[in-house]
Amino acid sequence: MDVPFWNKDIETADRSRLEEIQLRRLREIVGWALNTPFYKKQLRNAKISSPDDIRSLCDLKKIPFTTKDDLRINFPRGLLAVEMKDVVRIHSSSGTTGIPTVIYYSREDIENWTEMLARCITASGAARSDIFQNMMTYGMFTGGLGLHYGAERVGMAVIPIGGGNTKRQIKTMKDFGTTVLHVTPSYLLHVHTKLEEAEIKREELVLRKAFTGAEPHSEDIRKKIEQVWGIDVYNSYGLSELNGPGVAFECIYKNDMHLWEDGYIVEIIDPETGQQVKDGDSGEVVLTNLIRKASPILRYRTRDLAYLHTDPCPCGRTHRRLSRIMGRTDDMLIINGINVFPSQIEEVVMKIPQVATNYIIQVEKRGELDHLTVKVEIYPKLFLGDPSQLEALKGRIIEDLRSAIILHPSVELHEPNALPVSEGKAKRVIDLRPKE
Amino acid sequence: MAKQLTIFVENRPGRLGAVAKTLRENNIDIRAFTIQDRGEYGLVKFIVNNPNQAYLSLANLGCACALKEIIAISIPDRVGNFEILTLALAQNNINVKDAYGFVLQSNSKGVCCLEIDETHSAAAQKVISAAGFTILKDDELYNL
Repeated sequence: MDVPFWNKDIETADRSRLEEIQLRRLREIVGWALNTPFYKKQLRNAKISSPDDIRSLCDLKKIPFTTKDDLRINFPRGLLAVEMKDVVRIHSSSGTTGIPTVIYYSREDIENWTEMLARCITASGAARSDIFQNMMTYGMFTGGLGLHYGAERVGMAVIPIGGGNTKRQIKTMKDFGTTVLHVTPSYLLHVHTKLEEAEIKREELVLRKAFTGAEPHSEDIRKKIEQVWGIDVYNSYGLSELNGPGVAFECIYKNDMHLWEDGYIVEIIDPETGQQVKDGDSGEVVLTNLIRKASPILRYRTRDLAYLHTDPCPCGRTHRRLSRIMGRTDDMLIINGINVFPSQIEEVVMKIPQVATNYIIQVEKRGELDHLTVKVEIYPKLFLGDPSQLEALKGRIIEDLRSAIILHPSVELHEPNALPVSEGKAKRVIDLRPKE
Repeated sequence: MAKQLTIFVENRPGRLGAVAKTLRENNIDIRAFTIQDRGEYGLVKFIVNNPNQAYLSLANLGCACALKEIIAISIPDRVGNFEILTLALAQNNINVKDAYGFVLQSNSKGVCCLEIDETHSAAAQKVISAAGFTILKDDELYNL
């Protein structure tokens, strides 16, 4: 196979050179991190007060982990390492409660991120002659704009259609001769079921590839998508704390995702002990961002479970490959590509006086898509016997949830004490989606 | 005024039975009932001989229930009477939120229960009386 590269020199650099780059960049990023009160303290505890205190990559291990809670507690500016005038972009993602997390990007940070994405896109075999329909949500979520910039960098014709509106998606594919998609796997399967309704036949479309991300999915799902659509599907990994998509991406060999090690330092740890696991073992992915100075992030605990391949890839890239995400070490749910913490839902429903204490969060498949149902008990003392009161209550819960977690859930009202009482959040979550 | 007991019950087998059991255990006599289906739940409305006691016995078990004032009308079981009643209300621009009726004695006695918005309740009672119908006092309704 003819292997396409965006930056062959770096993508095939040997390990010692990659580590040289990592060390140089780590020092720079530590320098930026020291501008923030949060990291100043973290690094002081690790006896690091200047970039010179990082003498080798081993010194990274001295730095404490950073968690999502750290980002939340320091919202909105506690982790900003540059002056606001040097910030050109702000992205945000959901926190574990109503407080979100925020990421700032300088011009140089966007440039670095864009380069990484250009590599990803090129590695998949997509090229400037392609017409790229970006079906990821734009806005504060990094999935949309991230790939958009990378695709423009490669020179593809970018259709910034965003998510949703299935018939329009299909029509757009036909009208503009879309060849490459960026989309969540569940939505791509859903769109296929709507072809007939849109009165457009697969043969009228010239699709050849799709990049799938934002939700973990199995090899079986990839095969299913490839089979029903007759296209090649490439897995993509990223999270906004680490810029967004483009942390790791599959090449034409489609055997898991090259993680760009000149941009990120990856560690796989035992989530219980925090210790490094043996090479090739699975554990929690911990990432250090080497290419963003506005929001430096060191040793971020992603809560994603995966492993690193130890064998080389036939494409010749030296950057190690990250496996598919096999699960989470926390209770975060991924519903149609949107990250939802049960605590966010709890916060919304418990604020409403007409709701009693027990609730259930249920996720299931309806067709190819995920559907969220929130079951709550009504609070008997505030029941007036009026159906319009109950409808208004339902409407309010739906509206409050929609603004908190973006999803549109169904809400079911239940009798007081009808739902199981449980300690701990996990037991309140019923995930009926088929396990892969 | 007469009181109706409204109970929130989940729409699944056994829930009505549980309510009925509590009423029976408290020696409550049911005079009339109706159920409003609202998807995953329903609202059961009862006219009983002792609404306060029925309410307390259910509330003590943690049920979501409420007592609501309704207008109970004695209406002779005759063709056209319901029309007379509803037209009288309509002419006075009074809206009926919910209603149910039952015959006590064929060709002779019937009862109609109306839920009317609180702000229009007094006006409605006047209109109903003016149309020639008798509004039942609470103990008259409970001891039919």
